[in-house]
Amino acid sequence: MTFTRVLLKRLLLSLVTLWLLSVLVFAGAQLLPGDVGRAMLGPLADAQAVANLNHKLGTDRPLLVQYWDWASHFALGDMGRSYNFDAPVWPFLGQALVNSLKLAAVAFVLVVPLSILGGVWAALNVGRPVDRIITVAGLSATILPEFVTGIVLILVFGVWLRWLPISASWPDGAGPLTQVYYLILPSIPLFLVLFGYIARMARAGMIEALDSDYTRTAVLKGLPWRTVLWRHVLRNALLPTITVVATQTGYLIGGLVVVEVLFHYQGIGGLIYNAAKGKDFPMLESGILTIGLIYTVATLLADMLYAALNPRIHFGASE
Amino acid sequence: MSVEATAEAAGALDASGPAAARRERFRLLLRSPTFLTGAFVILFWVACALFGQNFVPVDPYADDMMATLAAPSADHWFGTDALGRDVFSRVIIGSRDILTIAPLATLLGTILGTAIGLTVGYFRGLVDDTVSRLVDAVLALPLIIVALLALVAVGTSSVTVVIVIGLVFSPIIARTVRTAVMLERELDYVAAAKLRGENALYIMFVEILPNVMPPILVEATVRLGYAIFTVATLSFLGFGIQPPSADWGLAISESYGMINGGAWWTVLYDALAIASLVVAVNLVADAIHGVFET
Repeated sequence: MTFTRVLLKRLLLSLVTLWLLSVLVFAGAQLLPGDVGRAMLGPLADAQAVANLNHKLGTDRPLLVQYWDWASHFALGDMGRSYNFDAPVWPFLGQALVNSLKLAAVAFVLVVPLSILGGVWAALNVGRPVDRIITVAGLSATILPEFVTGIVLILVFGVWLRWLPISASWPDGAGPLTQVYYLILPSIPLFLVLFGYIARMARAGMIEALDSDYTRTAVLKGLPWRTVLWRHVLRNALLPTITVVATQTGYLIGGLVVVEVLFHYQGIGGLIYNAAKGKDFPMLESGILTIGLIYTVATLLADMLYAALNPRIHFGASE
Repeated sequence: MSVEATAEAAGALDASGPAAARRERFRLLLRSPTFLTGAFVILFWVACALFGQNFVPVDPYADDMMATLAAPSADHWFGTDALGRDVFSRVIIGSRDILTIAPLATLLGTILGTAIGLTVGYFRGLVDDTVSRLVDAVLALPLIIVALLALVAVGTSSVTVVIVIGLVFSPIIARTVRTAVMLERELDYVAAAKLRGENALYIMFVEILPNVMPPILVEATVRLGYAIFTVATLSFLGFGIQPPSADWGLAISESYGMINGGAWWTVLYDALAIASLVVAVNLVADAIHGVFET
């Protein structure tokens, strides 16, 4: 198969996934509650008021019409109006995305180099205490819920030592450095979860590459160890890690919900949480679908990056 | 590893069938320090959940407006929360709901996932493609967000939490089962059963299922870890276990707003309790993985 055809196939599959996702999200937000007006106003509200609200929101129309209306507008960039703010969804969502991106960026800038370094270091010392410490610490950090590590971090660095602010919301007009200062503590729970995954992949990739025939050949033909490591081992070892980094973006956004709630931060996670609390269905649907979109695009990009970096990949051969 | 070597040796010596192999695996488990540590901690919390109510020093649900947010002391070992409830007593019985909900959700997900995985792995074709797409769509969202959406839509209760987590887990487990089934269905015993004229249901559940149990067991224990993670997180977000439960995640959710005032005891012990349970379940899952997937 040619690269273009593979690309088209992947793109098409992503579109199918996104379409299914939109159906699931729509079903979750519009179908399951049954009566949206009733869900918003509560069980004691007057029937006429519920009917009026449903009419105003358009939730008394046939479901297929509602789905088409919502999905087609979303595809064109119109995310509808928030029930609770009575204003378009997009400005809120856009601002929240920017905020989350800042938090995610701080977490990624910290975690990607450190975890790869950790994984590589562990692999170069397989079976020694360093390896065991990195592996066990990474694994333990990965399995703990973010709010558990977050609360301990807040207690230690925010309340007892008072080194870092316990809220991620910086004062208005704060410069980039101040913003980063406010984001350090919230990014650590995300860092901890990601570190284990990425370090484990990097370690496994390294061990496999170190054990391979081409590494042995490189060593036996007399290349300096440094050259073997950089040119032969690392290049091959870190390829799978790229995929892991990309797939973790999906996780990262899930982690953002908890971290942003814990640190009172106005990001996409906090937005989804507040929309869920306030039964603001258009906000909730748009937020969730946006996350799905980001994840799908990130996975697609990772696949392509992987293929571009690895000349041995021939799509289709493995399927 | 020496453990694997022992398992292989045992398997080679032992010609008396699957029952003996199963016994051998359990013997290996019982000799694994990882498994024993994890199992001990889990049993401790199960015992607390079952009998804690009988030996806690103070009634965990009794509030005391004269002693709110009291620091740890001889009267209240872990202090009191904002309603004056004894934190020590609440931490002790705090595992009750999570240890009911998480295993039930895992069980539901495992049963559904196994049924789906057997079906799509056995029949393949269109069913398989459809289910795989659905799995991709579900996996494109973090579990917490799917759960949040579903819980907002149908309303929060312990039953809905179980159903939502079970439903989200089922395609993930189905994928594991499917992979195992696709290997099994090519084997001679399946062909023999087909030639005998057995129907598809019989072949799937009586012939194939027992042979794919190890990966299902491993997957289920791993899922249990995630279920506890998820239930705790949902409770922290206010969409899981509801007041007045003494649940740890809920307790942190109720109290973390006050820690800047210095009331660290209202959250720290609960956080440590969750951490111990999550780590313990993962230790057990890890040990089971090591013994069963060789």
